[in-house]
Amino acid sequence: MFALPFVRNALLAGSLIAIASGLLGYFIVLRAQVFAGDALSHVAFTGALAAAAAGVDLRIGLFAATVLMALLFAALGERARADDVSVGVAFAWILGLGVLFLDLFNASSSGGSGIVGARALFGSIFGLSTGEATLAAAIAVVLIAAILAIARPLLFVSLDPAVAIARGVPARLLGSVFLVLVGADAAEATQAVGALLLLGLLAAPAGAAHRLTANPYLGMALSAGLALASVWIGIALSYHIAALPPSSAIVLVAGGFYLLAFAAPPRRVAGVLRWMR
Amino acid sequence: MNPSFSANPLTDLHQLLQYPFMVNALEAGTIVAVIAALVGWFVVLRRESFVCHTLSVMSFPGASGAALAGLPLASGYFVFAVGGALAIAFGSRVSGRRSAMQESAVVGTVGAVALGLGFLFLSLYGGILESVETLLFGSFVGITRGQVETLLIVALLAGAVLATVGRPLFYASVDEQAARADGVPVRALSIVFLVLLGLAVAAIAQIVGVLLTFALLVAPAATAQLLTDRLRLSLALAVALAVLETWAALTLSYFTNEALGFCVTTIALVLYASARASRELRR
Repeated sequence: MFALPFVRNALLAGSLIAIASGLLGYFIVLRAQVFAGDALSHVAFTGALAAAAAGVDLRIGLFAATVLMALLFAALGERARADDVSVGVAFAWILGLGVLFLDLFNASSSGGSGIVGARALFGSIFGLSTGEATLAAAIAVVLIAAILAIARPLLFVSLDPAVAIARGVPARLLGSVFLVLVGADAAEATQAVGALLLLGLLAAPAGAAHRLTANPYLGMALSAGLALASVWIGIALSYHIAALPPSSAIVLVAGGFYLLAFAAPPRRVAGVLRWMR
Repeated sequence: MNPSFSANPLTDLHQLLQYPFMVNALEAGTIVAVIAALVGWFVVLRRESFVCHTLSVMSFPGASGAALAGLPLASGYFVFAVGGALAIAFGSRVSGRRSAMQESAVVGTVGAVALGLGFLFLSLYGGILESVETLLFGSFVGITRGQVETLLIVALLAGAVLATVGRPLFYASVDEQAARADGVPVRALSIVFLVLLGLAVAAIAQIVGVLLTFALLVAPAATAQLLTDRLRLSLALAVALAVLETWAALTLSYFTNEALGFCVTTIALVLYASARASRELRR
């Protein structure tokens, strides 16, 4: 299994994307911003297909779309709520736009649009070339370094915004930087598990970690570890069971971890706060 | 098939109705639009629009699982969406203390797992290329007579239930505390409503796809509530807007060959944005 280049590429990119997603996911869940992750996943699909329709590299469209949307979210701030009808209608339209691009691409090429569409929606980690995998891994390393660099002040701001702001922590700036990191990670994760399944890597390991421990650094490590384990187990399962697509396998394993975590008693933010002081 | 739009509405109508599949699509679309608007009106009132998204995503593995098992697709949509509604209704009671943090992580995970499972079923079924797009983003081709009849029965059932519980449901939606004090069974009503929502979402998903149900369920109702504060008028307006939106989207998609999903979401967005703008101007 490890002798095959496509498996090695998948493991290289998949592992680092998993660690980045696990770490960022920990903060997404902590800050109750899963909805932003969901929105980014819609945008990722449309961005990738816009690039496909325009005939440029899918990744350009992916990163442009997700990072722009992250900036928009940062600008909207508290006004972008999950139950906001305006946001919902706008996202439905963005997805509709993605379908339009899919059809435009369909018309301009002699076929295979279904493959590009399915690839954008559900990923194709076994389809990464060595060059693509290396670049994805390199970007993931940058994301990991960035989130670790801002981890401490971001934790502070997320847990106790009032005190953090009073002590001069730049809350807004941190929030915006964080959202941009999540946007870039969404573009990364789309290459691995696809736009529609990226919440499986962002929310499930992090949700499990939050249930299992109140210690934030342990939680971050656990979240990254569970995401990594999901990707490895998912890739191995999918390699041995030909009918099982890797992205489905990864997300199902991550969901399984979350389900197992429900056997443990839930922790409260208060516990984390106590640890901080 | 190569329809072309002309200045003569009668010719256009004739072209639109010359194929049985288009007649099926228009009938199914109309039925679905009516029930979507009625249920959606309460969704907007109760601010439960995010649940709709989760429920409709859950019907994706239902539909693809039904395809895999050789069952009618409609049964898969309904079983999974209503099952999901019941799980949410009872799950939120069992878990006791609510934690916003865990709730959003659970909703996100359930959505991703449902989509991953649906993709797995489709892969096993072997029909990935075309069916992914159809299931996710809808299509007006391939709606059968049987499907139209099933949709009609479900819509009539849902409509009857809604007519029965409409008044107390409205009371419980606007002022839960007062309704409870008056002896309205708030908890039971919210379960009944979630099941209705599951039925509506499963019906809508069969026309516009599981990812775009928002455009038909929430958008027309929200537009109507922006346009008028009078209850009955806004309810009627929501139905009218949803039906018009569906007809316009089907016609547009038929004549321009653009994807139905794009047409329906664009019309929904334009309607909502104009209502929003006109409300701002009236202030």
